Parts: sequence; C-alpha cells; structure tokens
Amino acid sequence: MTRDRILTAAAVGILLAFLWFADRTFSAYSIRILNTIAIFSIVAVTYNLINGVTGQFSLGPNAFIAIGSYTSALLTLSPQEKAASFIIDPIVWPLSVISVSFPVSLIAAGVLAGLIAFLISVPVFRVRGDYLAIVTLGFGEVMQVITNNAVSITNGPLGLKGLYPHTTLWWSWGLCIFTIICTVRLVNSSYGRAMKAVREDETAAEAMGIDAFWTKTLAFTFSAFFAGVAGGLLAHLITTISPSLFTFFLTFNLLIIIVVGGLGSTTGALIGAVLFAWGGEALRVVEEPFTLFGYDLPGIPGMRMVIFSAILILTMIFARSGIMGRREFSWQAAIDLGSTLLQRIRRT
Amino acid sequence: MDTAFVIQQLIFGITLGCLYSLIAIGYTMVYGVIRLINFAHGDLLMVAAYIGFFGIVIYHLPWPVAFGISILLTAALGILIDRGAYKPLRDSPRISALITAIGVSFLLENLGIVIIGGRPKSFPRPSLFEGDLQFDQLILPYLSLWVLGITVMLLTLVLLIVHRTRVGMAMRALSRDFETVRLMGVDVDRVISFTFVLGSSLAAVGGIFWCMKYPAVEPFMGVIPGLKAFVAAVLGGIGSVSGAALGGLLLGLAEVLIVAIQPEWSGYRDAVAFTILIAILLTRPTGIMGEELPK
Amino acid sequence: MLKLVSMLSLLCLGFAAASWASQPIVIGAYLPMTGGVASYGQMAWSGITVAKKMEPDVLGRTVDVRLVDTKSDKVDAANAVSRLIERDKVVAIIGEMISGNTIAGSDHAERSAIPMVSPTATNPIVTQNKKYIFRVCFIDPDQGRIAAKLAKDQLGAKTAALIYDISQDYCVALASFFKNEFTALGGKILAETKFKTGDRDFTPQVSRIKSVNPDIIYAPIYYTECALIAKQAREMGLNKPILTGDGAQAPELLSLGGSAVEDVYFTAHFHKDMINTTRGKKFLEQYKKETGKELDAFSAMAADAYFIILDAIKRAGSDDSKKIREALATTKDFEGVTGAITIKPDGNPIKAMVVNKVKDGAFVYVTTIKP
Repeated sequence: MTRDRILTAAAVGILLAFLWFADRTFSAYSIRILNTIAIFSIVAVTYNLINGVTGQFSLGPNAFIAIGSYTSALLTLSPQEKAASFIIDPIVWPLSVISVSFPVSLIAAGVLAGLIAFLISVPVFRVRGDYLAIVTLGFGEVMQVITNNAVSITNGPLGLKGLYPHTTLWWSWGLCIFTIICTVRLVNSSYGRAMKAVREDETAAEAMGIDAFWTKTLAFTFSAFFAGVAGGLLAHLITTISPSLFTFFLTFNLLIIIVVGGLGSTTGALIGAVLFAWGGEALRVVEEPFTLFGYDLPGIPGMRMVIFSAILILTMIFARSGIMGRREFSWQAAIDLGSTLLQRIRRT
Repeated sequence: MDTAFVIQQLIFGITLGCLYSLIAIGYTMVYGVIRLINFAHGDLLMVAAYIGFFGIVIYHLPWPVAFGISILLTAALGILIDRGAYKPLRDSPRISALITAIGVSFLLENLGIVIIGGRPKSFPRPSLFEGDLQFDQLILPYLSLWVLGITVMLLTLVLLIVHRTRVGMAMRALSRDFETVRLMGVDVDRVISFTFVLGSSLAAVGGIFWCMKYPAVEPFMGVIPGLKAFVAAVLGGIGSVSGAALGGLLLGLAEVLIVAIQPEWSGYRDAVAFTILIAILLTRPTGIMGEELPK
Repeated sequence: MLKLVSMLSLLCLGFAAASWASQPIVIGAYLPMTGGVASYGQMAWSGITVAKKMEPDVLGRTVDVRLVDTKSDKVDAANAVSRLIERDKVVAIIGEMISGNTIAGSDHAERSAIPMVSPTATNPIVTQNKKYIFRVCFIDPDQGRIAAKLAKDQLGAKTAALIYDISQDYCVALASFFKNEFTALGGKILAETKFKTGDRDFTPQVSRIKSVNPDIIYAPIYYTECALIAKQAREMGLNKPILTGDGAQAPELLSLGGSAVEDVYFTAHFHKDMINTTRGKKFLEQYKKETGKELDAFSAMAADAYFIILDAIKRAGSDDSKKIREALATTKDFEGVTGAITIKPDGNPIKAMVVNKVKDGAFVYVTTIKP
C-alpha cells in the first residue's frame, strides 16, 4: 500500500514536471491539444461513473457541459463585452452587470449543473435501460433548443464570444487530476460498491439494503458537477461558445471515448479521451498531400473522418469490451507486466 | 382557427407521421430481434435516396426500376452491415454493438461526403405522385395519400410476417430468448439476416418517399429522420411494430400541430416534442405498447 | 549601357528570387469539409482551387494553400487555426464559412498576429475589437436593412411574414435586422415562424404564413431550406414573393426548387452578368470550365478572400504577417470577383449590394444598391 502511494505520488510529480516543461517549451498548438485531452478526460471519467460503473445508460452529458459552459462564460465576461455581443436582444439584468473571477465561475458552473442533475433525477430514474437513454437524450435536445431560443440570456445561436483564455495547462490538468482522485476514491468507497451492485442487479442490490435510487442520483449528480466544470474549462479554452457546440454528437463522441476505453474502467476512460483528442489531430495527416512511389497525390478532404469511423468499427470488433475492459490500472499489474517483459527479453 | 385549417394540419401531420412510422418500424424490428439500437438505420435512408437519384438522373432508368434497385441494394447493404459489423459482436456487451452502429453511421455519412460531396442533389418526383385534390380550402396532395397507403400496406405486411409465418415466429422467439432459440436448432443468423432485409427495405421505402416529399439528397439527410424514428420507436415501446407505427404518427402530428396552433412556439418545436415524449415515458416507462420490463 | 545595367539588375533580382522561390508562400484555409455544413466548405474550396490556378504565385514565389478541416465544429476550428499557425507557419488564413466557427478560430489568429480573411462570416461580432480579422462579405445589419428597404420601397410590400432557422446565427441576425428596419419604415410583421437546422417539413409554418396573407415572405436562410420552403409554399397555393439573402445564391436553389423558386428575390454579392472586373470575368470562365457548375456565392467569396490576401502580400512586398495586415487594412477599390472591394479600418468591406431574382429557371439581375 505504501509502495503504491509513493509510486502514485511520483507519477503525479513526473506529470507536473512534464506540464511545467510543456508549458515553457511546447507550441500553442500542442498545448491546446493537451488542454483538450484534459477536458475530455474530466468528462469521460465522470461520464463513465454513471454509464459504466453504475450501469445507467445516460445520453445527457452534452446538456450538463452546456449548462456549465454558459454559466461560467456568462459569469466571467465583462459587462462591456456582453453589451457589445448581444446585438439582437440585450442581456437580462443581473447577468448584464455580474463579472466574477474564473475559479468562482467554475464552481458555479459545477454547482448549477449538479443541482439541475439532482432535480431531474427524480423523474429521470423512473425509467430504465434504453428508455432512460431516450429520456436523457431528450433532455439534451430540450437544453439545445432552449439555448437557441433564450436569446436574452444565451445570445441565441450567435453564442458568447470574447472570453479570456483562462484555461491553462495548470487549470485543466490540475482539475483533471483532482477529478480522477475524487472519482477513484468514490468508486473504491462503499458508495462505489453500491453503484457496481446496482449495475449488476438492481433488485438484488435493493434486497441487500442499497437504496438504488439514491445511488443512481449520487452518480448522476457527481458526473454532472464535473461535466459542468469541464464545460467552463472548454468555454475558456476556445473562448467562444454557441449551442451548436453541444449537440448530441458531443454525447456520441463521449460515449465512443468511454466504450472504446472500456466501459466501467476509469483508466479506460482516460485512455479513450487521450486517443480521441490526440488521435483526431494526428489523423489530419491523411488529408495532407502526400507522395506515394514518387507520385504527388493531392490530399483528400474528409478522409480523416472516414478513417476515424473505420478505426472505430475495427476497434470494437477486435477489442469487444474496449481496450481496458473493466480492468483498472494498478501498480502491481504494471510491475508484473514489466517483470514478465524483462524475463522474456532476457530469455531471447 | 377554423375547422378547415385544423383538418389541413391533420393531413400534413399524418403525412409526416407516416414517414416517421415507415422508418421507425425498421428500427424497432432490428431492436426487437437483436436488442441493438441500429443508429445506422437513418443512413440507410440516405443510401437508398442516393441510389434512387443516380438510377433516375444519371442512368435514366424508369422510376419503378430505379426504386426497385434502390430497395434491393439497400437491403443487401443491410445484410452486409450486419454480417460485417454487428455479427462479430453478437455475444459482447450491447453497448459495444451500439458504438459499432454509431461507427457505421459515421462511416456511411463521411463516405458520402468524400465520394459524392456535400452539395445537395435534387430528387426527381415521378408524375404519378404529383398534383393534389382540392376541396374548397383544403389541399390533399396525392403524395400524402400514397404515403398513407404504402405505410398501412407495409405495416399490415410486416404484422402478417411477424405473426403468421415461421420466420416471424422465429423472430418473436428470438426477441424473448436468444440462447434457447439457438439451441432449438433455429438458424439464428438467417432469421437475423431476414430481419435486416425487411428493416432495410422499409428504410429504403421510407427514404424514397421522404425524398419525394423533401427533395434534397445529401449525406446527412438521414440523421434527423433517423433520430426522430428512434424517438418514435421508443415512444411506441421498442420492439413493438404497431407501437412504432403509432409512435411515428403521434410524433408527426405533435410536431405539426404545435407549430400550427402556437406559431410563437415554432422555435421550441423539438423541445415540445421531446417533452411530450418524456412525459409519456414517465407515466408509461416502457412506451405506449411496450412489454413490461422484467423486474 | 542601360540595357546592361537592367540586365545585371534583373540577374541580381533573379538570384534573390531563386533563393526565395524555393520557399513557397504558405496560406492556410480552415473550412468545414465534413460535418453539418460541409457543402459550404466544399464550395469554398473549389473556389479557392480555381483562384489558385488563376494566380498561382505572388512576389515571384509560388503560393501553397494548406487546407484543414473543421468538422463544422468550434473545438476543431480553434485547433485547426492553431495547427496552421504553429505547424504550417502560414502567413495569412482564409476561413471559416460560419460566423460562430470563425469567432472560435479568430481568437488565436488575433493573439498570434496572423491576418485572417473570412469569405462568408457575416455576423457583425466577428470583427468586433479585432485587429487582424477581416472579411470580404457585407455584414448582417446592412443586408437586413437593405432587404427591408427593398421589400418596402421597390416591391411595395406593406406587410411581411418571417421564416428562419433558429439555430443559425446568420438567419437569426438577418431576420432581426430586417424586422427592425421594416417596422421602422412603417411596415408590419404579421407572423414570425421558426425552424431548426435539419428540419425538412415546413408545412405548419407555411400554413401559418398563408393564413395571415402577407405581401411578402422574408426567409433569410440557406439555399436548401429556401428551395424546400418555396416548394412547400407553392404546393399549398401560397404564391407571394419570397425575399432571401446571399446564402441562397447557389445553383442548387434552382435545381432543388424548380419552378417553385420563380420570383424569389435575394440580396447578393454579385450577379454573373454584372461582373465587370477583368479578374472576375476570367474567374467566372475558368470556374465554369473546371467545375462544370454555375458560380455560387460561397465559391466566389472564397476566391475573393484568396485574391485579396494575394493583393495584400503584393502591396506589402513581403510575406511578413504584420505587413500583410497593414496592406489588407488599406485595401482600396480592389478589383475582386464580386466587384470593387474597399476594406474599412474595422475589418469590414465597403461594397455594392446586388439584388437578383429567379426568372425562367435562372438568376436575373434586378438592381444594384450602392453602399
């Protein structure tokens, strides 16, 4: 146990050193990708808590990311900027005058998203399985329509712009590490075991005295809180938001991340997020002009998404339960793997 | 708000609803048998529309031939997708198959973007479906009659197949207990292929009529009808054929009536439709005609 | 003697150019090549491709246009601009087609001091408080106001009904500015109906408009929806003139709408018969030859964005981004494809607006409105 703690602390230290190095030497493009990875990781790890660990098929994270983004953005924008960008309908008071610091806005984003999740969990968890999926999907669509229509709050489809790029590597990765620690601790606590019990057999879990409804609500609210925080980070990374950012395609992407990584595995969610955010940029290579056997071939625009879909299908066919399955990273397993590899190398 | 206006809106609502129903029936059949939300179903609609378009406009085929080829090829594509992408995942977690379905959907859309391009093409409407009947202020397009007739006919056909034939019996049995049916010596793969043929043909018919009504063929045209049909299928109770038809009809009617009666809410059309859906699911957690979930 | 000197100087120039010429000037383009609005990106790219064939070099160096896809998405748009600037070391950027995505991309370009020219981001807030962001299209308030004047004064409409896409900034902004101006001119808006991108059934909206019987229908939307709405309206016996904006100018409006789009008026950047610049005439011919299609607004505007950047590089006499920015900001009466363009200090152009209508299955020129 002590060994694992030391190793974890060392790993976090190495990560921080890497971030310090990256912050000083990497190009803005690489830093942007690193930030995107961290933000997607936050959402994926907590989305996995409700979908993978608790086994409730929710399709609503886009709604909570949207709530978080809008809350955080509306709170940090300066009154002048708001007055300038609301060209169709002026923004309502008191939003027109409020301006708070970035950390406060992030907390507000998380709290509001969590609160809304808590409130809707009463009706939402009356249904189960694919019906739950459609109810949460419906909630996401309703949020989408509201952000488009409530012009005096959200500026409609024009969206909000001119946000200060507060999201630095320290913010995004700091919160990412914090999220992972919170999630892992929750999963390994008695609440986490209750969540897994609900996933495996809800009736049996209730017979054992677990309140299935509260367990689901806890996971749902927890996940929405961090989705909201991640939304705030995302808004201050790309510095502008609008409803089109939060369509159900965002949910699909998150679902892909957690299933490819391995549903129910926090490690898997992380791997999925890294592959998705980094791979999406790395795959741009296939659209660039290239030389094959001495012929100059022009790039084919759109090829990236074709290859992405093909890789997605093949991954699922060959790694049916995702990359990690339900396994988690542990130092013991890593050490075991390392020593077997070493032995093999020695033998040859 | 006079009676003629309301009846007119009912006609439009039923037409839209029938189109949703056609697509939703295929959705729900595949779901009923292999418990897979086939997100690629909406994109089959797009493929069928493109084949029909190329048949008529590029190869100058007579329209019944072009539509026939379109339905055949779409059915073949349905089997191909099942054999290639879903069959290897038959015994894996359901959500893995779902992600594969999303992958297939993305693949079809983006292949369309790369090969054909994103610019919309105009789908030709054969003269048989042109024109309308006029009574006083009411307009009854022939196409609406066709859509209604075809939907009722195909719904009856599907119900007959599901309830009166051996393969239909096998389909119903599969939806109850996959393993036992396999042990009883039923060729499960053939039954599933048959389901995909039926479901994909329905998507093709839906796609062709969709494009005759809204003649813009483009790679993403299947996304929204697919999503709406999915909602309709859930509303009716996933796996129930008549439920899907009913769900589609209700959704179409709701969408049209909301805008017609309360035009100020036209921006909230989808939100109201989804709110109704959520409200129905909260009172009947397995849809209007869905079977009770095992507790 | 003079000959010798000039030859020598030419030779020197030649050497200098040779060492330069090995390095092409790299311009970036970030466009929606996939995703929801892929067709606009694909049109723009065909315009840029033809434009590049027409003028492949500047300052004696070849021009290399690097295309990156934005997936019609903000996160990818921001990543794309970042990639163009840091990895491809572009000196200027063309893009995006949609205002929202342009705003997402523009932030990084502004901070990195790389000039960006958008072909069709018409929302006024795109260039607001930005030094390095330009565009070659006119902005929504101007277009909405001119459309209202046109409806009131030239088409004699006293009442109007609106139908637009609630999820597109372009449509919402045009509708809003039209509404204000039309009411200020003494007109009356009888109905305001909305829909959402992806909707294909507009029968209830059209029924509503029919029941209030307006003199004109203002439908500031893109060509696909415009054609479908016109079709559904005509089938329902609603034969009032439809007025729309520059997003409708694509041959697809005619092919999708058929006879239903007859008498559709739209405010636009150009009409092909009225193109009077040498560059424009040549481009029109070459575009038709290369693609076999009629020129659409998206291709024409993207070509103008390319040409105007090339012109700025030429006048700056260098590929230094800051100098290109200064040159862009002082563009005056540049002979573009869509007419003479002058860029104001705020990054927006001054250019004449054209009014076209559909007649006998073709776009017909109606009038020009000077700024």
